[in-house]
Amino acid sequence: MDWGALQTILGGVNKHSTSIGKIWLTVLFIFRIMILVVAAERVWGDEQDDFICNTLQPGCKNVCYDHFFPISHIRLWALQLIFVSTPALLVAMHVAYRRHEKKRQFRKGDQKCEYKDIEEIRAQRFRIEGSLWWTYTSSIFFRLIFEAVFMYAFYFMYDGFRMPRLMKCNSWPCPNTVDCFVSRPTEKTVFTIFMIAVSSICIMLNVAELCYLLVKFFLKRSRKAGNPKHHPNHETKEETKQNEMNELISDSCQNTVTGFS
Amino acid sequence: MSWGFLRDLLSGVNKYSTGIGRIWIAIVFIFRLLVYVVAAENVWKYEHDEFECNTKQPGCENVCFDHFFPVSQIRLWALQLITVSTPSLLVVFHVAYRENREKRHKQKLYRSTGKIDGGLLCTYLISLILKTGFEIVFLVLFYKLYNGFEVPRLVQCDMRPCPNAVDCYISKPTEKMIFLYFLVATSGVCIVLNVSELSYLIFKYSIKCYMKTSSKKQHSSKSDCH
Repeated sequence: MDWGALQTILGGVNKHSTSIGKIWLTVLFIFRIMILVVAAERVWGDEQDDFICNTLQPGCKNVCYDHFFPISHIRLWALQLIFVSTPALLVAMHVAYRRHEKKRQFRKGDQKCEYKDIEEIRAQRFRIEGSLWWTYTSSIFFRLIFEAVFMYAFYFMYDGFRMPRLMKCNSWPCPNTVDCFVSRPTEKTVFTIFMIAVSSICIMLNVAELCYLLVKFFLKRSRKAGNPKHHPNHETKEETKQNEMNELISDSCQNTVTGFS
Repeated sequence: MSWGFLRDLLSGVNKYSTGIGRIWIAIVFIFRLLVYVVAAENVWKYEHDEFECNTKQPGCENVCFDHFFPVSQIRLWALQLITVSTPSLLVVFHVAYRENREKRHKQKLYRSTGKIDGGLLCTYLISLILKTGFEIVFLVLFYKLYNGFEVPRLVQCDMRPCPNAVDCYISKPTEKMIFLYFLVATSGVCIVLNVSELSYLIFKYSIKCYMKTSSKKQHSSKSDCH
């Protein structure tokens, strides 16, 4: 059980995302989770061992470390990644619920059901419209909120994104003010700035996706209002083009959402 | 053998769960198991090495650490995760028993072996009660063993062979406290979900039972009239 499990769960959501959503997922997996696991964790691996204070007073190092690092960068990023990935599950649950309803209709022998077999229902990709649109938009909104909250928490806890080389500590039991030296401050600063930059890119992608969905929604509504005889089953040229684009970019990954299909 | 085994186990249970049960499984996977493996475990990794006492007396640190942490919080967390996930196996075993029975008798004995009705409903309800019980037991154990969920920076120890009372410093107390509160919050959410699922199932099947008995009564009173 590790980040691979999260990847399996989110891989299933990929099929029902917009193109921007797919780019966001790729950035999340490659530039955040992978970097965290293969590089960042090593940089912070010896953070307390190599945190040295200029004193022999037992306990001073522990107390100073705890004072300056209430929660380690690496753990905060891990929590941020988990929280930011979770709203996508709302979409996965909604899709699973819709699939379940279609399967029930199919089993009842409902003539309105247009599928030939259960496998077709399982493999079907739902369009982002109706209630699924609301779920999808809410999930993007929550993602944005979580990203912003964690970035602010980071900034607030560590007074910016720079890791200083030296910290002065006078918490008890340190005698007077004691110099404490952080291990690998430059490398940590580089990784911190990298992670913040990628978070910002993800925020921009989410905002772009939100705008795209809203514009599409309002355009559709104005088209419907302007053309009341418009038959709901006929796709417009734009919708057909979008669907074709989505199909081309669509992930052929066969992973199903764990337990949600 | 690792946490992947528990994950596969719970994925199997997912098939026979209600909607609330699936949300419970998602919360256990993501906010408890995943957080434990990728974050919490590393916070407690060097807890013994970094536990420092203000003395050079050999053996004092070991004795004090053992006195204040009879069972490490992280191990208690792992035990809680395993214990709380296990009652779901009862449901899996019951479904397997039903399928076995159908195979042995070579005929369809149940409308659907996975549908939560009859005996399987009782098993499901028992598993929910056990899950909730275990959650509460572990939370109380945590509270009693560590005098609450706070982790102090300093503890005073006067066990032999420490000379007099000695100051001992716990490593990363704030970070540990944050994760403990996270554990309590997620346990609380899981307890609420279990109780809601229990209420929902009892309510649903009581209504079903009531409708069945009232339709039977109507049917029998109609036949009396003829």
